[in-house]
Amino acid sequence: MEIKTINSVEAILLGSGRPMRLSELKNILENSGLVIELSDIKRSINELEERYQDTSLEITEVASGFRLQIKDDHSPSLNLLWNEKTPRISKALMETISIIAYKQPVTRGDIEDIRGITVSTRSIRSLLERNWIKVSGYRDIPGRPALYVTTKEFLNDLNLKNISDLPKLPEIEEAEEKDILSQAV
Amino acid sequence: MQNNNLAQLELPTVMGKQFAEIPDDLFIPPNALEVCLEKFSGPLDLLLYLIRKENIDILDLNVSEITEQYLEYIELMDSLKFELAADYLVMAATLAEIKSRLMLPKESFEDEEDDPRASLIKRLQEYQRFKTVSEKIAILPRVDRDFFVASAKLPKLDEIESSEVLISKDDIFSAITEVINRPNYKSSHLIDFEELSTQERIQILLELLNKTNIISFSKTLKKPEGKKGVVVTLLASLELAKDGYVELIQNKSEELFIKSSRSI
Repeated sequence: MEIKTINSVEAILLGSGRPMRLSELKNILENSGLVIELSDIKRSINELEERYQDTSLEITEVASGFRLQIKDDHSPSLNLLWNEKTPRISKALMETISIIAYKQPVTRGDIEDIRGITVSTRSIRSLLERNWIKVSGYRDIPGRPALYVTTKEFLNDLNLKNISDLPKLPEIEEAEEKDILSQAV
Repeated sequence: MQNNNLAQLELPTVMGKQFAEIPDDLFIPPNALEVCLEKFSGPLDLLLYLIRKENIDILDLNVSEITEQYLEYIELMDSLKFELAADYLVMAATLAEIKSRLMLPKESFEDEEDDPRASLIKRLQEYQRFKTVSEKIAILPRVDRDFFVASAKLPKLDEIESSEVLISKDDIFSAITEVINRPNYKSSHLIDFEELSTQERIQILLELLNKTNIISFSKTLKKPEGKKGVVVTLLASLELAKDGYVELIQNKSEELFIKSSRSI
């Protein structure tokens, strides 16, 4: 593996600051005049992973590709550095995004049915602004409500590759369902 | 079985004693209640909390007991957060309805499908699945909170808004003619400080006269001030004479004397 190729891949990952697909990397490198195969890029990434072992960096694969991250041992100090910039996500918002993630595509009404409370426009907007959800279409019922789905960005931000990497949704415990009657007040 | 993960809601402990309910004599400032109620993300969340507090399974839900507790909470909220209370009131009505139906003779809902609690229990269970999973997702590593992206990316620069402006040739022409024909309001003038002020000189003269009562005019002059000094001093003494503070005396000797008139 040529060191120049490895460094070029590193440079792009560092310069992009976002996840990059292998094909994206290939495109850029080819446009800059390099003849390169997808397998070379994959190998470069492996080489980089090895190179980073003793550093504070690491390469992770998330939904939108490969990206450079700072190893999480350093998170406490970085948190001090960027303290003000991490907005808290409320319990209610977390419930809303969870319902969208497991039930997508859903309308606001679907979310309200499960949560038993009105879902504010503000919370939907805040998820849209975060790029965690997007409108995938409109349900063909009166009012044509928007259907929401989660985005790759949502998975990226949670360091996940697939929606199936989310924790399993617990099953409803159906035990002793017959007992409901006998337990009546 | 389920109680294990249900029991995660901790009760407040004061001096080693656990409190399951708010003590009657506790003073709660109105704003604090709002915060306390905001803890619940909806009526189902509140119901679940009440059920957990009793440490019972959802399936063993005792509607009449829960309804009473629920209504107590609603009363607390009612005056404070009306907007929020709407969804809570719907639930209160649902609970009341179930409770009333349960009071009917049992035969009337013999069929399992007819258990008035069934749909509420189903909703609670469904809600609980998502509540549980959302708590798990909330603690998943999150970007900019638990881990950080390494990047040498250029910082995002604020884009200058380039709104397209529609201007016609005529607009420009009329603007330039307006500018050209605009009257010239500019004229320069210099503002000088008054080097020698009459007012100041009056003060000086008065001070001198306080000490000596009478002084010859020439003695009050300062050479570097030249002619201007003479003029200002003369003006000052005339001013004083006019207001009756001094007397100006000139004998044949040509020397002018300034005499304080108060001591006469």
